[in-house]
Amino acid sequence: MSNSMDDVSQQAQAFFIIGSNTSEQHPVFGTMLRQAVRQRGAKLIVADPRKIDITEFATLHLRQKPGTDIALLNGIMYIILKNGWEDKSFIEERTENFDEFKATVMQYPPELVAEITRVPVEKIYEAAEIMAESKPMAVMWAMGITQHIVGVRNVMDLANLQMLLGNMGKPGGGVNPLRGQNNVQGACDMGGLPDVYPAYQSVTKEEAREKFEKAWGATSNTKVGLTVTEMMPGILEGKTRALYVLGEDPVMSDPNTKHIRHSFEQLGFLVLQEIFPSETSAYADVLLPGVSFAEKTGTFTNTERRVQMVHKAIDPLGDARDDWWITAELAKRILLATPERIPSEAPFSGWEYANTSEVMAEINALTPSYGGISHARLEAGERLQWPCPTPDHPGTPILHTKQFTRGKGKFMPIDHVSPAEKPDDDYPMIMSTGRVLYHWHGGQMTRRAEGIMKVYGEALIEVSPYDADKLGLAEKQFVRVTSRRGVIEAQAWVTDRVPPGMVYANFHFPNASANELTHAALDPIAKIPEYKVTAVKVEVVKEL
Amino acid sequence: MIHLKINGQDVQAEEGMTVLQAAQQVGVTIPTLCDHPDLEAYGGCRLCVVDVKGWRTPMASCTMEVTNGMEVVTHSPEIETTRKTILEMLMSNYYDAGYENGQKQETQLMQWARHYGVDAKTGMAPAPRYAVNSDPNPFVWVDMNKCIQCTRCVRACTDIQGRFVWGMAERGINTHPVPGADTDMLDARCESCGACVAYCPTGALDNKMSMGAGKPDKLVMTTCGYCGVGCQYELNVKDNKVIRVTSTEKAPVNGNHLCVKGRYGYDFIHHPERLLKPQVRRYLLEGKKKPFISKPLALSNAEGSATSNQWDWVETDWDTALDITSQKLAGIKKEFGADTIGVLTSAKCTNEENYLMNKFTRQVLGTNNIDHCARL
Repeated sequence: MSNSMDDVSQQAQAFFIIGSNTSEQHPVFGTMLRQAVRQRGAKLIVADPRKIDITEFATLHLRQKPGTDIALLNGIMYIILKNGWEDKSFIEERTENFDEFKATVMQYPPELVAEITRVPVEKIYEAAEIMAESKPMAVMWAMGITQHIVGVRNVMDLANLQMLLGNMGKPGGGVNPLRGQNNVQGACDMGGLPDVYPAYQSVTKEEAREKFEKAWGATSNTKVGLTVTEMMPGILEGKTRALYVLGEDPVMSDPNTKHIRHSFEQLGFLVLQEIFPSETSAYADVLLPGVSFAEKTGTFTNTERRVQMVHKAIDPLGDARDDWWITAELAKRILLATPERIPSEAPFSGWEYANTSEVMAEINALTPSYGGISHARLEAGERLQWPCPTPDHPGTPILHTKQFTRGKGKFMPIDHVSPAEKPDDDYPMIMSTGRVLYHWHGGQMTRRAEGIMKVYGEALIEVSPYDADKLGLAEKQFVRVTSRRGVIEAQAWVTDRVPPGMVYANFHFPNASANELTHAALDPIAKIPEYKVTAVKVEVVKEL
Repeated sequence: MIHLKINGQDVQAEEGMTVLQAAQQVGVTIPTLCDHPDLEAYGGCRLCVVDVKGWRTPMASCTMEVTNGMEVVTHSPEIETTRKTILEMLMSNYYDAGYENGQKQETQLMQWARHYGVDAKTGMAPAPRYAVNSDPNPFVWVDMNKCIQCTRCVRACTDIQGRFVWGMAERGINTHPVPGADTDMLDARCESCGACVAYCPTGALDNKMSMGAGKPDKLVMTTCGYCGVGCQYELNVKDNKVIRVTSTEKAPVNGNHLCVKGRYGYDFIHHPERLLKPQVRRYLLEGKKKPFISKPLALSNAEGSATSNQWDWVETDWDTALDITSQKLAGIKKEFGADTIGVLTSAKCTNEENYLMNKFTRQVLGTNNIDHCARL
């Protein structure tokens, strides 16, 4: 998030939520937004094909056809530009490339946009009017925007919108992706990505490589690595021969489960560090028992870049060990077995850590945005959001207040592109996927929580009343959903949450996981799969 | 600024503040039950009454705004007698069936009863009026015999969760909170966030998962491991077991509020399926070739059986598992190159662990093949 949850919820005059099921996926932030709408009359625009819970609080709900976000955004910006509602001084002072961008947007008159998105023209106007009148407006999104082959372009177009309205760099505004996992922000910040060292220092930049070679005392690889969506297909091509997996369950979370299972069958060696046997552990050669969050001390970084302490509350169960200890022990052993890479006198070449506070000290030294974030400061009650470069820096609740990272904000001309998979006669409906309030991702934790299973104990597939009627589907009956890659059967939930022609399925339950059906059509830059648009066929399962 | 006197002391308060807030500001504790700083003031229980010069009867300090020149007395023999009488009256409608509750400490009602010498046992109602544990919600224990009609549950659900599950039903002595149109909580669209439990001062709403779990040995403030909001809460620990999660106003992001997964989704920690010993496949211990896990697509092979005992798990000590793993990874690196090894780090793990996974991949293995589920 460029901004913080409290300035957004307390100071925004309007919220624009697009592709985020906020009240189910970020429930406590969702309640802050509900409070803002109810208690101080903030305007809420929700753009989502589904009638998700937060639409009950919405001033306006736009139900765009899945995969048409760019057309919708361009249509709204067309109206803003036509009426001269853009923030001319912000555009003049803080941005560039406006004219090229404008030329593209002017190709999207509302009538055309209504045709592409199925959002009525008057609603597109209403959205533009609210955005023009209610400033600052904060934009929030999540995987509904990013899990498309145009994920990156969707995000750029949202940045266009906020620059056009002058909503950047001020309290109550900003571009605010809501990060899913508890520490997905931190995992990215710490270099858990194939193209960057910690703090997004590029592996292709000489300067960054030299820095880490000096720090770690080992020569660096100049080649950008593989993403998870490239490693898995790489197994079948002989490019990936071993995987070391920490606390992930690709069989549940990756697209096209059948293909993932087949890949794992062919993998030479899989080390899995986990707390539970999972769908993936069936394919592991070695299982190393790590610990849950309750057994460890360290830090998580939340969606607003706030670094917070995690405190060990109980001793590791059984013979399970701290995850950092396991990684360090493997490192020491491999370094002994590969003498050509034995580190030199470099300051951070070693793997002897007494605790995670010492690891954080190493992070401070090598990660500019975390330079001043120590356990000691956090334990003293300081509330730090990165960038926080020095021990006396107070942290940065709002980004881009004076200028953007690259200097001027660059408007990007973005055109609508249809989703990779289109419905046809055999697969006439669209399936979108995601999580539900009660469960978490592949379900390894929440399926082992007794109360949660009592409330939501099996996969439900959302089907619209219109389609239920057409299919002859009764409440609580089972449906069979088939895509070009697989088939699942689960109980139907007949609900107007989904529009006609669309179903919604989750991936919490191995016996009916939506990822059996999804496909690995990737965004060319982010390599994110298009989970939100899969062409499917839906049938009623006849009782025997 | 408003100038007033509280117990003879000159006090400055901001305009719009209540007498209660002005008193709290200068460290004067006025007993309260229906009031909570997170919720809109209600003025229902009257325990916070104070004497205000010029007013004929004691006034509820939680709803009375400060005015210039106001003279307030928060504690006097008369006021204390009034408070004791209020507690006795509340207690006469209260009934405790005698079970061990699910609270981390004595409830607020019991604290004040003890403070004012009101004996809950002798002073309570002679018989229950409602069923104990009357709602099937798996997280929220409902016992309306303990309800004092303070409406904190109603306000918590409305003001904080924005879900409007609870409302007050019936009249007079029979007034009590009901979910929806007197249905059950889930049917009334409850999201099981537990806010009503967290704000209930009597245990009428309680933590079902923690009934009888006892008081914690320690409370450990930590950060939730589910979503990216970064809520903090206290893990209640007893005998190395998490017995409860309690919210606290000290949490920077979420204060007293949590969602169902944060407050009630913790029992996976002690689930019997937890992996507690390193395990390796038998073939690794015996130095054999890896068996086919199942039949490869185009091949059929005698070894290709999922039931091959070479594929059985064998529990080992740490040294064995770590040695085997490091030898295999070092061997693959040597034979095929570092770029044939991939590392998936974890968005569920800490920054420190992720940093080390990044260092492991780049320094120890010598590849940039590291990723995690950010895309999924």
